[in-house]
Amino acid sequence: MNFDLTSEQKLIVQTTREFVKKELLPHEAEVEKNDHVPDGLVESIKAKAIAAGIYAPNMPEEYGGGGLDSFTMALVERELGAAGYALNYIIARPSNILMACEGDQIERYLIPTITGERYDCLAMSEPDAGSDVRGMKCTAVRDGDEYVINGTKHFISHADMADYVILFAATGEEETARGPKKRITAFLVDMGTPGFELVPGYNAVSNKGYHNSILNFDDCRIPAGNVLGEEHKGFDVANEWLGATRLQVAAICLGRARRAIELATEWAASREQFGQKIGKFQGVSFKLADMQTQYDAAELLTFRAAWKDSEGTMTDSDAAMAKVFATEMCQFVTDEAIQIYGGMGLMDDLPLEMFWRDTRVDRIWDGTSEIQRHIISRAMLRPLGG
Amino acid sequence: MKIVVCVKQIPDPASPYQLDPESYFVVRPNDQVLDDTDRYGVEVALQLSDELGEDASVTLLSMSPGGSQQGIRQALAMGADGAILIEDETLRGADALTTSQILAAAATRAEADLLIAGTESTDGYTGVVPQQVAEIMGVPALTFARKVEHVDGKLRIERQTQAGYDVVEGALPAVLSVTSGVVEPRYPTFKGIMQAKSKPVETLTAADLGVTAKVSQKIVSVEEVEGRQAGDIIEDDGEGYLRIIEKLEEVKVV
Repeated sequence: MNFDLTSEQKLIVQTTREFVKKELLPHEAEVEKNDHVPDGLVESIKAKAIAAGIYAPNMPEEYGGGGLDSFTMALVERELGAAGYALNYIIARPSNILMACEGDQIERYLIPTITGERYDCLAMSEPDAGSDVRGMKCTAVRDGDEYVINGTKHFISHADMADYVILFAATGEEETARGPKKRITAFLVDMGTPGFELVPGYNAVSNKGYHNSILNFDDCRIPAGNVLGEEHKGFDVANEWLGATRLQVAAICLGRARRAIELATEWAASREQFGQKIGKFQGVSFKLADMQTQYDAAELLTFRAAWKDSEGTMTDSDAAMAKVFATEMCQFVTDEAIQIYGGMGLMDDLPLEMFWRDTRVDRIWDGTSEIQRHIISRAMLRPLGG
Repeated sequence: MKIVVCVKQIPDPASPYQLDPESYFVVRPNDQVLDDTDRYGVEVALQLSDELGEDASVTLLSMSPGGSQQGIRQALAMGADGAILIEDETLRGADALTTSQILAAAATRAEADLLIAGTESTDGYTGVVPQQVAEIMGVPALTFARKVEHVDGKLRIERQTQAGYDVVEGALPAVLSVTSGVVEPRYPTFKGIMQAKSKPVETLTAADLGVTAKVSQKIVSVEEVEGRQAGDIIEDDGEGYLRIIEKLEEVKVV
C-alpha cells in the first residue's frame, strides 16, 4: 500500500483544487444565503466542468467518463468536498450502480448521464424504512410487460435536478432463516412518468441549496425493460456498486475538515488575547493538535479503503471504518474550530457554522454511524460464531 | 505552423520560497508548478493551433532543472503536443541574456514559426527575455498582446499600452509575448493529464544547441523587504469622500 501520489494524481488534485477555488467557492455564500443555486449557474459550471474533463470522473473512459480508479476518486472527492454539496454536485459523479445498465439502457441512461445530458438520483429511503432497508413498503408488481409501482420515497437528494430516478422497490418476499424478507429490485424511472409525482422535501439544516425531495408513486407504470440488473437482485446490484458512496462521504468530509483546520490555525496564529497569540495557550494549541491528528487518521483510513477498492480487495468493514471515522472526525474538527473562534465561529460571516451544520448529515446518510459500527463489529464477531 | 511556447517551472507560490544561503538562488524542489503567467501563452498557442487545424503543432520550451517535470506535464495536459527541456548545470544562475540565447537557439532548432512567451516570469521578473529572443533570432517582436489574431498569414495584436492599446501587425516568423487576461486558460483535463506522460519531452543541453553558457551574474546580497506601513484610517463623518479625493490628489492619481 503506497499513498505517494503519481505525477498524474498530483496534477488531478491541483486541477480539481483550482476548479473548486475559482468556479465553486465564489458562489458559496450566495447559495448558502438563498438556499438556491442561482439560475444559469448550474449550466455554466456544468459546461466548464465538461470542458475541463472533470465531469463524471468516476465513470469508465469508454463511455466518456474520467476513468479514475477509487483511490484517485478519493483524492478528487476530497478536493470537491471543500465546497458544499449544492455546488460540488453540479460536477456529477453518476451513481456507480448505473454500470449495471444493459442493452438500450446504456444509450438511454448510462451514456447521457456521463455526458451531462441527463442527471440521475437514487431512491432507497422511505418514511418507515430508513436503516431497515428491507422494511420498505414501496412495491413494484409485474403486470404483463410492465411493472406497477406504488409507495413513497423520501430524503431523495438532488431529485429536483434529476431526469430519472434509480428506484429500489419490493417485488415479493422470500423465506429466510430469520423469517420472510422482502425481495428488492432496482428500476430506472423517468421523471414525468404518469403516476410519479415529485414534491419538495424537508427543509434540512445541512447543505443549503442541495435539496431533498419526496417521491410519490400511485399506480405508476414502467416498462419491464427498465429493471436495472435482475429482478429481485436489487441488493446484489446495490452491494456491488454502492460501497463507493461511503468512500465518497468520507473523502468529502476530509475536504471540509481541512478548510476548518486551515481557518482555525490561521486564527490561532493571529488572534491575540491576554497579550499573546491564542495559539500560545495550550487550551487552543492542543485542540489544533487533536484536530490534525484526527484528520490524518481519517485520511489514512479513507485512503486505505479507496486503495483497496482500486485493487478489488475492499471489505464492507474497510468502507464502514472510513465512513464512520471521517464523518465523526469532521464533526469534531468543525466543532473545535468554532470553539477556537469563540462567538465569531457561530456567525455566518464565517463558513464554520455552515461546515458544522453541513457535516451533521454525514453521520446519518449513506448508512448511519450505528449501521457502520454494526458492519464493523459483525465482521469481527461472525468468524467466532457471534 | 510550428508554434513554440516558452514555459517555466517555478516552486509552488503557495509554499514559501527558500534561498540557498551561499548562492542566494531559489532552492528548486523536485516538484515545481507551471508559472501561472505561462498558461496564457499556452492557451493562445492552443487556440491558434485549433484554428489552423492539422497543419499546426504546439511545442513547449523550458529551460530549468527538470525535476519531476510536473509543471511541464501540466502544460502538456492542457493539450500541447510535446516539449523541449533545456536542462544543464552550467546554466544555473543564468542571466536574462544567456537565457534568451538558449531559448533562441532552441526555437531556431525547432524551426519555430511563432515563439510565444508570457511578458515576464513570476520568480525572476526581468521582463526582457521575449524581446531579446526576437532580436537574437532576427524576427519581429510583438509584445504585451492583450488580443491575438492570425490574419492572412500575419499576426495582428492589440498591444497593451498605458493609455489603451495599439494595433500591431507582424510577419511570421515572430516572437509574441502575451499579457495575463489575453485569454481564459483552459484547465488540464483529466484525460489530458493521463495522456501527458506519453507525450515526448526532448531533453537538451547548452552544448546540444551550440551555445556556450557564460553565467556572469552573481547575487551578492539579499535584503528583506521593508514591511508595509499601516494606512491612514479616516472616519467617515459624511464627507469622507473629500478626504479620499485629497489623498488621490496627493499621490497624483487624479
